[in-house]
Amino acid sequence: MRAPGSELPILFEGVSVEANTVRILSDVSLALAAGMPTVLIGPNGSGKTTLLRLAMGLLAPSAGRVTWGGRDRTDGRRLAMVSQRPVMLRRSTFANVTYALGAAGAAWRGRGTRARGLLAQAGLLTQSDRSARRLSGGEQQRLALARALARDPEVLCLDEPTASLDPANTRAVEEIVTTIAASGVKVVMATHDLGQARRLAGEVVLLVGGLVCERSPASQFFSDPATSEAAAFLRGDLVI
Amino acid sequence: MVEETSALGLVLGGDPALYEIVRLSLAVSLSATALAALVALPLGAYLALVDFPGRPFVIVVLNAFMGLPPVVVGLAAFLLLSRSGPLGFLGILFTPRAMVFAQALLVIPIIAALTRQTIEDLWTEYRDELTAMRVAPMPRVATLIWDARFSLVTVLLAGFGRAAAEVGTVMIVGGNIDGFTRTMTTAIALETSKGDLALAMGLGIVLITLIVLVNAAAWSIRRIGEIHAG
Repeated sequence: MRAPGSELPILFEGVSVEANTVRILSDVSLALAAGMPTVLIGPNGSGKTTLLRLAMGLLAPSAGRVTWGGRDRTDGRRLAMVSQRPVMLRRSTFANVTYALGAAGAAWRGRGTRARGLLAQAGLLTQSDRSARRLSGGEQQRLALARALARDPEVLCLDEPTASLDPANTRAVEEIVTTIAASGVKVVMATHDLGQARRLAGEVVLLVGGLVCERSPASQFFSDPATSEAAAFLRGDLVI
Repeated sequence: MVEETSALGLVLGGDPALYEIVRLSLAVSLSATALAALVALPLGAYLALVDFPGRPFVIVVLNAFMGLPPVVVGLAAFLLLSRSGPLGFLGILFTPRAMVFAQALLVIPIIAALTRQTIEDLWTEYRDELTAMRVAPMPRVATLIWDARFSLVTVLLAGFGRAAAEVGTVMIVGGNIDGFTRTMTTAIALETSKGDLALAMGLGIVLITLIVLVNAAAWSIRRIGEIHAG
């Protein structure tokens, strides 16, 4: 049970998005509720990132509506997002986190302590004083997670957060995501990586060409997909 | 050869007249750059971040004004500050204050245009992150200015370089009065016309040295910034 003012569930009702006459999402109806991570899979251009941006309230639908906990608007205070290539602010690792805490409205006095806690959680405490832009790709992704957690999010949207990482860094990021999800944060993640979807997903949403082709619990999706597109995607066929 | 030796003698010997000119030149140009920065940094940031009707036109005009002829700026400043002009009540014509005012007019477009470009480039880079973090407009501007600070120092030094090197503007509104409004550039022009090449060359040496030092400082600040802040 969520407190009043909760962002969940995030409901998409007949949502379509068009940009320059190109339809990116078509008549999507979907509910993102509290619980296990929801993983969005699908080929490039299927609308995964657009769906995440809608969930974050960063994009308005061309048709249909999105609601957060029954409300038509969100102030986004408890929504956070990490993109595939997060931009590091031109500051130290530590200052990147304190900045995010400040943006989230955290009191000035406690920011240092909280920032150190978040950096420890991301395994970056020893890198506190380094320029964030000089961190490796995996470290930057973990720092982006720490910044996102500074918002004390109820919903964390991840847009292919390990797409450019090696297996060791992918594992490090996945461990943090698993811990975050276990703490009650709703994780919504887009990925191309079926192995990652198997490891992390509680439910899977398959998007193809801007349409939701299938939505089912992860165990069912991987063992007994309901649609031919899902079956083809799992076989590794080219789904366009 | 004699002239070069005399010029070096004036510089190394700490000639009081020469160093008074250098002091006034630095004071005027630094003050003008600071005054221009107060107007141009917010103006550049505003143009970078706020869309409004006619914005492209304003940007084109601002960029064009980077190449304003100093004598034209000097003339405009003279008309503004002259007794019958709208700012004539200030009574600062033919004083160092008038030179500061005129140089600031000259430098504002340079600082504003380069600031706009710097902030706009950084905003393109930061937009998604700051939007996702829900950073409000004013803190957003502060963030961009702070994170672009090393580039903006270079912008300010470009403005300072322009102010320190110009001659026409300060000649018109300052009058090149000995011991009062004479700067390095106006003194070089005057001494050359009088045939006192030693003093002109001495001032030239100091001016070039200052410009090299300013550029070295800009490079160092930027390099240190890249190492520590990325």
